[in-house]
Amino acid sequence: MSYHVDQNGYYGNFGGAFIPEMLYPNVEELRTNYLQIMNDPSFKKDFDQLLKDYVGRPTPLYFAKRLSEKYGTRIYFKREDLNHTGAHKVNNTIGQILLARKLGKKRIIAETGAGQHGVATATVCALMGMQCVVYMGEIDIARQAPNVARMKMLGAEVRPALSGSRTLKDATNEAIRDWINNPLDTHYIIGSAIGPHPYPDMVTRFQSVISEEIRKQLLEKEGRDYPDHVVACIGGGSNAAGSYYHFLDDTRVNIIAVEAAGKGIDSGESAATSALGREGIIHGCKTLLMQTDDGQITEPYSISAGLDYPGVGPMHAHLYASKRGEFISVTDDDAMNAGLELTRLEGIIPAIETAHALAVPQQRPFKKDEVVVINLSGRGDKDLNTYIDHFNL
Amino acid sequence: MNNRIHAKLREQKKVLSIYFTAGYPKLEDTTRIIRELQSSGVDMIEIGLPFSDPLADGPTIQDSSTKALHNGMTTEKLFEQLEDIREDVDIPLIIMGYFNPMLQYGVEAFCKRCAAIGIDGLIIPDLPVEVYEASYKDIFETYGLANIFLITPQTSEARVRKIDATSEGFIYMVSSASVTGAKSTFGNAQEEYFDRIAALNLETPRIVGFGISNAETFNTATKKADGAIIGSAFIKHLTHHGVEKIKDFIAAIR
Ligand SMILES: Cc1ncc(COP(=O)(O)O)c(C=O)c1O
Repeated sequence: MSYHVDQNGYYGNFGGAFIPEMLYPNVEELRTNYLQIMNDPSFKKDFDQLLKDYVGRPTPLYFAKRLSEKYGTRIYFKREDLNHTGAHKVNNTIGQILLARKLGKKRIIAETGAGQHGVATATVCALMGMQCVVYMGEIDIARQAPNVARMKMLGAEVRPALSGSRTLKDATNEAIRDWINNPLDTHYIIGSAIGPHPYPDMVTRFQSVISEEIRKQLLEKEGRDYPDHVVACIGGGSNAAGSYYHFLDDTRVNIIAVEAAGKGIDSGESAATSALGREGIIHGCKTLLMQTDDGQITEPYSISAGLDYPGVGPMHAHLYASKRGEFISVTDDDAMNAGLELTRLEGIIPAIETAHALAVPQQRPFKKDEVVVINLSGRGDKDLNTYIDHFNL
Repeated sequence: MNNRIHAKLREQKKVLSIYFTAGYPKLEDTTRIIRELQSSGVDMIEIGLPFSDPLADGPTIQDSSTKALHNGMTTEKLFEQLEDIREDVDIPLIIMGYFNPMLQYGVEAFCKRCAAIGIDGLIIPDLPVEVYEASYKDIFETYGLANIFLITPQTSEARVRKIDATSEGFIYMVSSASVTGAKSTFGNAQEEYFDRIAALNLETPRIVGFGISNAETFNTATKKADGAIIGSAFIKHLTHHGVEKIKDFIAAIR
């Protein structure tokens, strides 16, 4: 079985491009050009150079000694939190803005949940001197205020999404509407491995630098270029897709996907798509989707803005359906505790999104000699207020 | 295929079609609105099946959809409301909606129910022509439903011709690069686009939608097309003046 995208933009039964005709020319332009541009040596050179000199790659693979001792296993962290702007998101925005430039676009739009993708987009727009508009749900604007301020300082316009649950799903709707209204000069930098083909594959390829580096770094540290388990949190699934990419066909590697259970899977306030979703269409893509019997998209809930999404990328839907991936869901409380634990044991304050992945060793024992790589997708500066309120610090 | 849409477009030019969202302003307004529209002289109706995330719609239709869903509108409810509609309504009726609710109902079951009620066609903005041809065309043909595709000013000539070859009923010409929403005038760019498409001599009739709001935009749009569709402007009128005043709105258009 293949876990990669096929000729028609599908991962198994999932993916495709269910887009209104208004978006066809834009998406088709991307579809016919993205691989050629990405494989062009001059593009690769620019991309690699920026990742190295501007983003600070390669990010370290850090052996977490105290945490490993506590859980009786060998835990490594892939330190995407040490990237410029504080999360993995910038790997994708660097790639997409270079691509947008090649396509002659002048204006960039993006959606954001936690604000990390918005900041990463605003950053590369500043770097390239391009106009930037970021859509963000009204609720997320309130809970991720530091990132809103950063985007503004970087020169981006932050437009509130006021419809629906006023979170990531609605910000994505608004960005798509903007693209319909501005079909000629605008590129839409989607921030996760979601949306119509070729977005999930394109974003995954830009993020695949994560697993490429893990392989090399593990070879140095462990004498083998694969872990027993690779663990990542899933909002739309970009940091996860990048962490899994080079291990997808390597069955020695167990893939663990961590979703946000919110207040509990059966609480009615959750974002655990694999547990609660059915096949459906969201944002131009057939995937697992939280929805009513009648096919209306459900409003998800998670304490973390970046995981508060009612779908998952089509690659992950396929990993779930084919049982290639092990799916785990983590509640708000367990994630918050795991975030504090990492802070106290290792001196790293993680993003609340990432903290969901950190709760896995408590929920699921690993063997003593197993090598577990957890993608530390982002840092927690943006979440200090939420941590402080939660723990009365 | 030959249903009420085909017949209407053969017998009449400059068709006036109205879009409204089922279940808005009130859940049970659907059939009353349809009957008022018919008796006001409207030629064709698009019944909007509301969706939680209408990507191609501007604020007016988004808002009416949200309220309709709050009012309790569902796919099954709409079918129940329309059960007896053909007793006294004989103009073409089209259901316009996003694909996910139809997928969840079951595409075949959905089409079968539409045919039983006497629906003539469907407009599904997020079902692209390629997916339709590969997976659903046979079903639509079995049930005699016209599937109506959109084109926009950015659609290439080759693609317009492909859509022309696959279309039944009419081609929905989106007036400009935008989501739905009323405009008070059309500019040169729109008129050039209307002329350009008219000059292609397509097989399928063309009806213009998005941005039609008044007599002026209706007349400009229908100079070179077979009709025009009014949506957001009609919904705004419903919001402010209610179902009782539908005739006034239609009378002001022509
Ligand atoms: C630090 C961090 N991790 C994870 C995510 C979730 O996104 P994805 O699933 O695309 O990696 C986000 C999204 O905002 C984030 O900021």
